[in-house]
Order: sequence, then structure tokens, then C-alpha cells
Amino acid sequence: MAVIALRMLFGDRAKYLGLIFGVAFSTLLIAQQGGLFVGLMLRTASVIDDAQEVNIWVMDPQADYIDTVRALRDTELPRVRGVPGVDWAVPLFKTTLALKTLEGHIENALMLGIDDASLIGAPSRFLQGSLEDLRRPDAIAIDEAGYLRLWPGETPHLGRELELNDHRAVIAAITDASAAFTANIIMHAPYSRAISYAPQGRNQLSFILARSAPGLDAATVARAITARTGLQALTSADFRWKTINFFLTHTGIPISFGTVIVLGIVVGIAIVGLTFNIFVAENLRQYGALKAMGLSDLGLVGLVLIQACVVGFIGYSLGMGAAAFFFSFATKGELRGFYLPDWVAIGVAGMVAFIMLMATLASLRRVLVLDPAIVFRS
Amino acid sequence: MAYAVDCEGVEKSFGAGETLTRALRGVSLQVRAGELTMLVGPSGCGKTTLLSAIAAMLTPDAGTIRVFGEDVTRMRAGARTLFRRATVGFVFQQFNLLPALTVTENASIPLRLAGRSAGEANRAARVLLERLGLGEHLDRFPTDLSGGQQQRVAIARGLVHAPRLLVCDEPTASLDAENGQAAMALMRETALQPDRTVIVVTHDDRIHRFADRIAHMADGRIVDIISNRSEAA
Repeated sequence: MAVIALRMLFGDRAKYLGLIFGVAFSTLLIAQQGGLFVGLMLRTASVIDDAQEVNIWVMDPQADYIDTVRALRDTELPRVRGVPGVDWAVPLFKTTLALKTLEGHIENALMLGIDDASLIGAPSRFLQGSLEDLRRPDAIAIDEAGYLRLWPGETPHLGRELELNDHRAVIAAITDASAAFTANIIMHAPYSRAISYAPQGRNQLSFILARSAPGLDAATVARAITARTGLQALTSADFRWKTINFFLTHTGIPISFGTVIVLGIVVGIAIVGLTFNIFVAENLRQYGALKAMGLSDLGLVGLVLIQACVVGFIGYSLGMGAAAFFFSFATKGELRGFYLPDWVAIGVAGMVAFIMLMATLASLRRVLVLDPAIVFRS
Repeated sequence: MAYAVDCEGVEKSFGAGETLTRALRGVSLQVRAGELTMLVGPSGCGKTTLLSAIAAMLTPDAGTIRVFGEDVTRMRAGARTLFRRATVGFVFQQFNLLPALTVTENASIPLRLAGRSAGEANRAARVLLERLGLGEHLDRFPTDLSGGQQQRVAIARGLVHAPRLLVCDEPTASLDAENGQAAMALMRETALQPDRTVIVVTHDDRIHRFADRIAHMADGRIVDIISNRSEAA
């Protein structure tokens, strides 16, 4: 019977293509928007993700997420270092500042000041130069996408000069830093130099980055830091989710993307549901003939479900292929960091199954109540 | 004597209240094996309703219908489905061939429904189709065939699983006179066996000569039964 189901489906080419298009379009819309949404949310925590040696972030008790910087007193750093279970702790300065190229191009950039001595907090991957190059006078590191934003079309190279709040800076390294949510250019410099680029304030210590001693649980050590210092200490994973959750609950991003995704589902159900319904309605006489000849209701349901599954599978595959094609271009430059996670693809498969189920239910009812005597009516 | 089809007091109504239509009003009809019986009468007289009830596609409100000894009016839906699959062959007015399937595949459907493999079912269908003069069209699609050829495919589909009861609804209505006569001749020749029976609903009086008996219906009742053959024959 599967052969009959497929031949019936493929035989009506116009509706078959309409069904495939409906499912593929919905899949593309949901997967593309879902992937963009996930990528955007991951960008909010990219600074946390890039500091891979760190497993505890210490901050002001009122800090909600990575971008609410409430500077700590410098004296907090030794207090954190003194908490039992802390292997090491280093300062992190984080600010947004204006930069100017010698050609006069002005941009805002995210400046991260990392520990002078250990240089902990920098991205793990350097495309040109090295971490140690940051120790040279006026040296900063810039991410490749940021470089290309400042000098489009140019092959990135070291030695370029910049003005940071009227201070000279020289590009000594090019990193592969993850794209940030709030800035298109990400720079790293030793802590003391980064502070000198920024407008002066009494306290400059944005975060304290720490690592629990070997064998100790980071969450336990974080709780100990909070208990001893009164500061907010979170594991990297917890701070990451706290940051993402802040954007989820305090911005319109989820509603915006969610609306498009819901529209994708609704459009999918509408297009696929209507087309499938018409397909079944036009084939009722054929289903009726099969029913008259002794095909059971279960067999008829199987026939329709096979047709729905094939449409769903092919449409999903095409839509997911188109989404993957989109994201293959979205992995470079300023669009880097956007990708199609496995779990999004699986989630979209679930949604397509839901669309097909909704589209099939109405049609199945028609088939189940079908009077086989329909075949005797002219 | 045991009849191939034995209807007693069959009643069937549709609708309710002011729209109530009594399609069958106590119909009794006996059909013998080895005979071709025609149900004739004006439109709306209940011919097709009676045919549907005999073919276990419709449950009457009252009365009994026995087909080769089995009371189809007492069967549950699942049993009726199995009964139709094993015992009944159909030839429809509009053929109802599946346009996406080839001639052979269409003709083999009843065997596939009976659980036979595609190869086995197609082989049996081909033998019958060749016998019906469609040997050159086995792999073509129904839309490539003339009306007469399509009806022959439908006849092959109705007979391929050797059903004991063949029911035909206006089998010549979509055919010209010549093709209609040929289709009926074919059906008589192929379907009629001593242990089988054929019931044909028709408006086409040009094919009455192919019937062994003709039951005239009016207003949901059988008003007359004419035998075309001598009882001794």
C-alpha cells in the first residue's frame, strides 16, 4: 500500500510541489530565525565564553548581566584571592570606548583589560601575533571582524595604529574573539593600559575572574566567595545563563523572533493544511474505491500518513538544506557566531511534525467518515 | 435452495423528519449463483442503495441480506471490510481507476489488498488483462486509454481476485453502444461461473439481453422480475 500512497502523491505533481514548498518554506523560516535567535543570545555571553580558563566570575551584588558593569574597589581583588578554594583571581576591566583610525574612521569598540601579569581573559585563538605581543608598548589585540570593519577589503596585518580616546594604540595581535552583542569591534589590552584608554573614574575593576582550586567544585567556591566578601560570585555557566536570561526577559528579542517563528508555523499549517486537505478531497473517490474494495480504515489512515510523512520529510530536508546554506555564509565576518545548532534542527523537525499532524488531522477525519458507497455516485 | 444472494424485507431510509427519504421499502430479492441479474428502474428508485447493501457497504435499517450464506447485515465494520475484500468485486460507472498507477497496477489492487506480493499480483493481473485484450497497454496509465479500454481495466480489477459476487454500477453509462455491448459480453464470459454471481445496476436497456433475470424497481420496491432464460436452462 505504501507504493500506492506514494504514486498517488507523486502523481498529482502540482499539489505535491505545493505541499513540499509549504513545508520547506516553514522549515526554512523556523530554522533560520531559530538559528539567528540562538546565535544572538549566545553573543550576549560571548565574553564569558571566550575566557576559557576562568570558571568563576565575581562582580557587584547588583550586577544583572555581563553589560551592567558596577566597578568594584581594587581592594576586593586580594579579598577574593584570600578565600579558601580560590586557585587564582585576576582583574578584568570592561568598557566601551570610541576609536579612530588614522584615516578618520570612528567606531565604538568593546575594550577588555586583562590581567597585566598573566594575561588571563584573552581569547584562546590568535590569528596573527600572540598573547605575549600584548606586553609591547601601546599594544592591543583586535578581532579579525573588527579589523575588517575598520579597513574593509584589506588583508588583516599587524602594525596598524589607532587612536583610543586620544591615546595611541598599535595592533599587535589579531584574535578570533567571538562576536559580541553590544559591539562590532572587540579589543584586548593589558589591564593597566586598557584603564588608561578609558575616561578616568575612581574604581575601574569591572569583574574579578577566578578559578577554583583543582578538585574543588566551582559552585561551592563561588558560594564561599559570596559568603566571605559579600560580592556576587557565579560559576561561568551560571553567569552565562544569567546574562542570556536577562536578554530573554528584558528585551523584545524573544517576542520578535518568536513572532516570526510562530508565523512560520501558522503559515506552514495554513499552506500545508489547505493543500493537503484539497489533495485528500480530490482523491476521496480513489480512497473510496480502495475502501470499497476492502482497504480497512487503518489502511486508509496509513495511506494518508505515509503521504504526510513523505511530504514532511522531503519538505523538511529541503528547508533545512536551505537554512544550512544560509548559515554557511553566516559563519564569517560580522555574522560569525550564527549557526544552526543540532537541537534547533531537532526542534524544527518536531515543529514540522506538528504542522503535518495538524494538516493531516482534518484530512484524516474526511477519510475515516468516508462512505465507500461514494464510488457509486456519479 | 440456497441462493447466492438472499434479501428479505430490506429497508433503508436516509435523513430525518421532513427530509426523510425511504430508499428501500421491504425489498426481497433472491439471486442465484451462475446468473447475471440486472436491477433496473428510474433514478432514485433504490437500485444503487440495494446494490450497496448487498455489497456490504451499507447497513440496512431492517431486513436481512445473505451473500453466499453470510448475513452481511449483522457484520461489524471490520468484518464487512474483510468480506468485501474476499468476496466482492466492483465495476463502477466512472471506473475509479487510480490515475497514478499503471493498468497492471490498477488491476492488481484487490490482490495486493488480499496480501499478495506485488510480483504475484501483477502477474495475475497481466494474465487477465491480456485475456481482456489489453496486452499492449499493461504499462500505460489509465489516462492514456479510451473509455472502453478503461472499463475493461475496471472489469479486470473487479475480477482479478475471482470474487464470488461481482457488483457493477452502470458499467456501460460512460461507454458508447459498441463498447458497452463488448464490455457486457466480456463480463458475462469472464465473470459468470457456476459458483459466482453478477449483479448489474443499469439504465441502459440496450444491454438487457445480457441478463439472466431483470428486477424492476420503483419507489424502493421490486415491482417485477423478468427472466430472460428458461428456468430449465
